[in-house]
Amino acid sequence: MTTTVAPLAVSTGMRARSLRGRLQDVLPKLVLAPSFLLVLVFVYGFNLWTFFLSFTNSKGFTSTKLIGLANYQKLWNWTFETDPPSSWYTAIVNMGIFGGLYVAFCLILGLTLAILLDQKIRGEGILRPIYLYPLALSFIVTGTAWKLFLDPGIGLEKAVHDWGWTSFKFDWVVNPRMMIYCVAIAGIWQTSGFVMAMFLAGLRGIDGEILKAAQIDGASAFATYWRIVLPIMRPIFLSAIIVLAHMAIKSYDLVLSVTGKNPGGAAELPSTFMYSYTFTRNQMAVGSTSAVIMLMTIAAIMIPYLYSELREQ
Amino acid sequence: MKFRTTLMAGAMAVSAIGFAASAQAADIKEVQMLHWWTSGGEAAALNVLKQDLAKEGYAWKDVPVAGGGGEGAMTALKAMVAAGNPPTASQILGYFAVDYAEAGKLGDITSLATKEGWAKVVPTALQKFTTTNGKWDAVPVNIHSVNWIWLNKAVMDKIGGTEPKNFDEFIALLDKAKKAGVIPLALGGQPWQEATMFDSVVMSTGGPDFYKKAFIDLDESALKSDTMKKSFDNLAKLRAYTDPNYAGRDWNLATAMVIKGDALVQVMGDWAKGEFKAANKEAGKDFLCYRFPGTDGSVIYNTDMFAMFDVPADRKAAQLALADATMSPSFQSAFNVVKGSVPARMDVPDTAFDICGKKGIADVKKANADGKFVGSMAQNYAQPPAVAGAYHDVVTKFFHGEIKSSDAAVAELDKALNNAK
Repeated sequence: MTTTVAPLAVSTGMRARSLRGRLQDVLPKLVLAPSFLLVLVFVYGFNLWTFFLSFTNSKGFTSTKLIGLANYQKLWNWTFETDPPSSWYTAIVNMGIFGGLYVAFCLILGLTLAILLDQKIRGEGILRPIYLYPLALSFIVTGTAWKLFLDPGIGLEKAVHDWGWTSFKFDWVVNPRMMIYCVAIAGIWQTSGFVMAMFLAGLRGIDGEILKAAQIDGASAFATYWRIVLPIMRPIFLSAIIVLAHMAIKSYDLVLSVTGKNPGGAAELPSTFMYSYTFTRNQMAVGSTSAVIMLMTIAAIMIPYLYSELREQ
Repeated sequence: MKFRTTLMAGAMAVSAIGFAASAQAADIKEVQMLHWWTSGGEAAALNVLKQDLAKEGYAWKDVPVAGGGGEGAMTALKAMVAAGNPPTASQILGYFAVDYAEAGKLGDITSLATKEGWAKVVPTALQKFTTTNGKWDAVPVNIHSVNWIWLNKAVMDKIGGTEPKNFDEFIALLDKAKKAGVIPLALGGQPWQEATMFDSVVMSTGGPDFYKKAFIDLDESALKSDTMKKSFDNLAKLRAYTDPNYAGRDWNLATAMVIKGDALVQVMGDWAKGEFKAANKEAGKDFLCYRFPGTDGSVIYNTDMFAMFDVPADRKAAQLALADATMSPSFQSAFNVVKGSVPARMDVPDTAFDICGKKGIADVKKANADGKFVGSMAQNYAQPPAVAGAYHDVVTKFFHGEIKSSDAAVAELDKALNNAK
């Protein structure tokens, strides 16, 4: 009896130890597995599903009847319809205007604010959150507030008229051709504080010795920033651009709330186009096609950029 | 052997009885309802229905939907149905009901409909949305119509205006207001509002037969006709009477301009009346309601319906109770008095309604008898969403000058509608 029990106990002990060892090996994988699985299914799985749908004739509900490249052909034709502009053409042009302005101005403003705040000024603790807080608002609140603020009848233009400058005119928000710039203004206001925080963190991370050395060498402040600080902060530019680019592409509530449901079809963005075709116009296949094209476009820009940035490391 | 057979038969009988008993006992006394009537008047109106059902012993359960408008609700509904878990019923609009019916997702309440004789009291054109191949699968809650104009009576008196009977008189009235320094036309420059106004303009310019030919039949010659071109020209005329800040304005803000007397008139469906009511304005005394000039006698309708989904057997009784309560004349009257629309059945007495409601009820009866009761193109009651969306695009692009002439607009309309078909 004992002879049979003892080896068993020993082997259990050994197994337990090795089990713990093995458990320690697999634990990170085990913990990551659920989220990995979720991402695999709900991000990449549905990417593939959308890709599949773009080749079908799905309308209100999904359908598995394949119709080849007809949907792509449709969007390709719309891409070149400029008079009157097709919704897809407007969406692409607006994406260029909005995305370009949004990313560029957020970077410039964010960096400038960060550099100014980094001058060891008094009251930084108060100023920093003031610039950062717009990010705490949802886009729909930002959009509605800016729409009211820019409305010529009740907002900025009226206030300036009441102060006496009656020839002042700023009616972009009710002019379909200029609306997209108002969307950009609202977006930049909301996000530049966040970009500032990113850059500020980067600036704080720079070794003071390097700056002192530059100073001793007689470098001007501009040269110090241009030739030393900015190159060091390159990784921060990378993260900022990735964050901003995806926010620009997915922005949907902002454009609808600033423009008031897209009058004249002039404030269309790929995201609003995709949503309206998929969900309200019952042309799911066309919506999916536009989503695939959006993904391809982002990939075409981001993959080479990431590659060139990360290759050096 | 014999013993075993008896045992098995007995067991089967017992389980069968048990099953039958449990099926009966588990009849769920609950109505699951997806809707977006959550604000003030609408929620109060729906409470009437909740109480009617409570009297019969059915509990009411709202299916929560994030966000106000119908779009979010439609997306949520699609997800629920796709997951095989439809609500008992859902508020639904126009062709979305047809889509669900064609996908075989709706139930069958024909037995109740036949018993209650709904086919006789619901306007014929509307039954297109509540029945599929003669089978009832939805109930209409109300009839809205879009060819109304709403005027501030004080402003009207000030400028000495009278009811315009045709489009030219309408323009003359707007001119009068312009001279008096009032904003003549309160408009919200959003695609759906412009398209809704264009429905009325087309009806006024071409008459009901032309409207049907162009928008219900999508007849190519009608879409490309000179009448359609003239309709676009008339729409362009109206643009001259708006204030410069109209683009992107919400419809209720435009109504507020009329209520406050800043503007003379708004072209809008009868849901605008709710805004006047909320501001304690009285029909006939503070504000006036006329049919869009040149469309009297016709009704361009849209309607709210409850689509009845294909639910499990134990929830069917509750569904029938809901359908019955919704179609009861007392609810139809009580609900629509509050909502500003008119009852979806034509045998409801109009005693509780104001003068606009009374006119609306009479108009529906007459238009139905004359064959002038037609679905709104802008509101998705003439064509499926794809076509209606294309229609919105063309009208709004023309209205904001992206399409430069009425010739181009007609060509573009024909092309866009054909593309979307």
